[in-house]
Amino acid sequence: MYVAVKGGDAAISAAHAWLAQRRRGDEALPELSPAQIEEQLGLAVDRVMAEGSCHDRGLAALAIKQARGDLIEAAFLLRAYRNTLSRFAACEPLDTGAMRVQRRISATYKDLPGGQVLGPTFDYTHRLLDFALAAEGLPPAEPEEAEAASATMPRVTELLAREGLMSRDIAGGNETPPDLTREPLPFPTPRPLRLQSLARGDEGFLLGLGYSTQRGYGNAHPFVAELRMGEVEIMLAPSELGFAVSIGDITVTECQMVNQFAGSAHNPPQFTRGYGLAMGHGERRAMAMALVDRALMATEMGEEATAPAQDAEFVLLHADNVEATGFVEHLKLPHHVDFQSELEKLRSIRARWQADRDANPLAEAAALEATI
Amino acid sequence: MSILARASVEDMEARLADTPALPPHRVIRGPEIGLTMLRGRAGGDGAAFNLGEATVTRCSVSLPDGTLGHCWRLGRDRRAAELAAWLDAALQQDALRPALLDAVVEPLREGQAGAAALTARRAAATEVRFATLQAMR
Repeated sequence: MYVAVKGGDAAISAAHAWLAQRRRGDEALPELSPAQIEEQLGLAVDRVMAEGSCHDRGLAALAIKQARGDLIEAAFLLRAYRNTLSRFAACEPLDTGAMRVQRRISATYKDLPGGQVLGPTFDYTHRLLDFALAAEGLPPAEPEEAEAASATMPRVTELLAREGLMSRDIAGGNETPPDLTREPLPFPTPRPLRLQSLARGDEGFLLGLGYSTQRGYGNAHPFVAELRMGEVEIMLAPSELGFAVSIGDITVTECQMVNQFAGSAHNPPQFTRGYGLAMGHGERRAMAMALVDRALMATEMGEEATAPAQDAEFVLLHADNVEATGFVEHLKLPHHVDFQSELEKLRSIRARWQADRDANPLAEAAALEATI
Repeated sequence: MSILARASVEDMEARLADTPALPPHRVIRGPEIGLTMLRGRAGGDGAAFNLGEATVTRCSVSLPDGTLGHCWRLGRDRRAAELAAWLDAALQQDALRPALLDAVVEPLREGQAGAAALTARRAAATEVRFATLQAMR
């Protein structure tokens, strides 16, 4: 129970003024601009867009600045801003097969059409702190270039599916997917809603759950069939035109995770797969999402669902960090009256307990004996 | 429209400096900022799902003869959306179309294709060339 309390205005405004000064930090140093955050802290921007569930690099960078680098607070700010805008129309589904690939690797095939393209990756770095970055100095060397093949890169899962070794997703049509921002989540939850929920879920939560499936809580044996990152075209059909036009490009990361076999009386044993898709460059997010997506298929695949990652209600109702932080952090709000009533109750219980004891000293001795 | 949707105001204005003036236009909608829901497909090719939203700006304009021009573009650049819608309308005028295609659209297309080609060449430089035992023999 919350009770409106007056007062504290002056304290609140003083607190916010101090916050603004802390945000700025030492004024002898140059102030950080959102454009610098967008360019130089790009992966933080990508995470905030994904968890804020709103693609806009400039807004995400501004949110990071305002939140002093607290990425969950920044996602919260972005969600709040998003609520002030109306939705004009939905896009057509992205064609990740036509992605202009900057990075594409497969852990299952060494030689595959299109090749293994490392792109701008942390992989194979030594994770030694680079003190050269702490010293303002020369610009980095110009990236190398090589002749680019123009062929598009087929999906690895498609290569397996053609052989019948991989289950196919039911080919998608033009149906409008359900939207968790418009209706509450139903249980059991259809896969499109699960994927939407995971796509905006907290990266740390998804990572922990994905990791748990590898460690034995869910019996996964995953391989990265393919991880790709690059730009995809966004197509939208405005009602005034009646046909789809290209309205821009966004960077996304996609992970196809191959998983254990499943067979039945009707279907021969096949690999199954989990899917991850993240706004921006978010490999850990896409991989964790793919692991959890596959774990959540347990019931549909006729597997015994015993692990936390296989429990849709547990996973989907706790994955959203804006919801989670709201409920956890609301505990900071004044609960003075609530707590006062708890105190009164406890005092009266204790008084009754003491009165019982005083009235019946023998019972106390018996209770003591019982505990020995 | 797809080229104009990706062009900045500065780039479009710079290209317009050398062309005959565009006919006057009247804004009939926007430019206004809103959202579009991005969608993916399960497994890349399965059932559609909502990935999350993106900011989008739209604008529609009309020319004195009634020609309509539209722009829808990702992001929140109202000026760019209005100018792109104006250009879209002007490009439908037979008298203006060739000059605008030459002076505005084609150079913008080249610039965008050049940027994409540079990214592709940088990606190609990071392609792994395996030296397997067999290949080294």
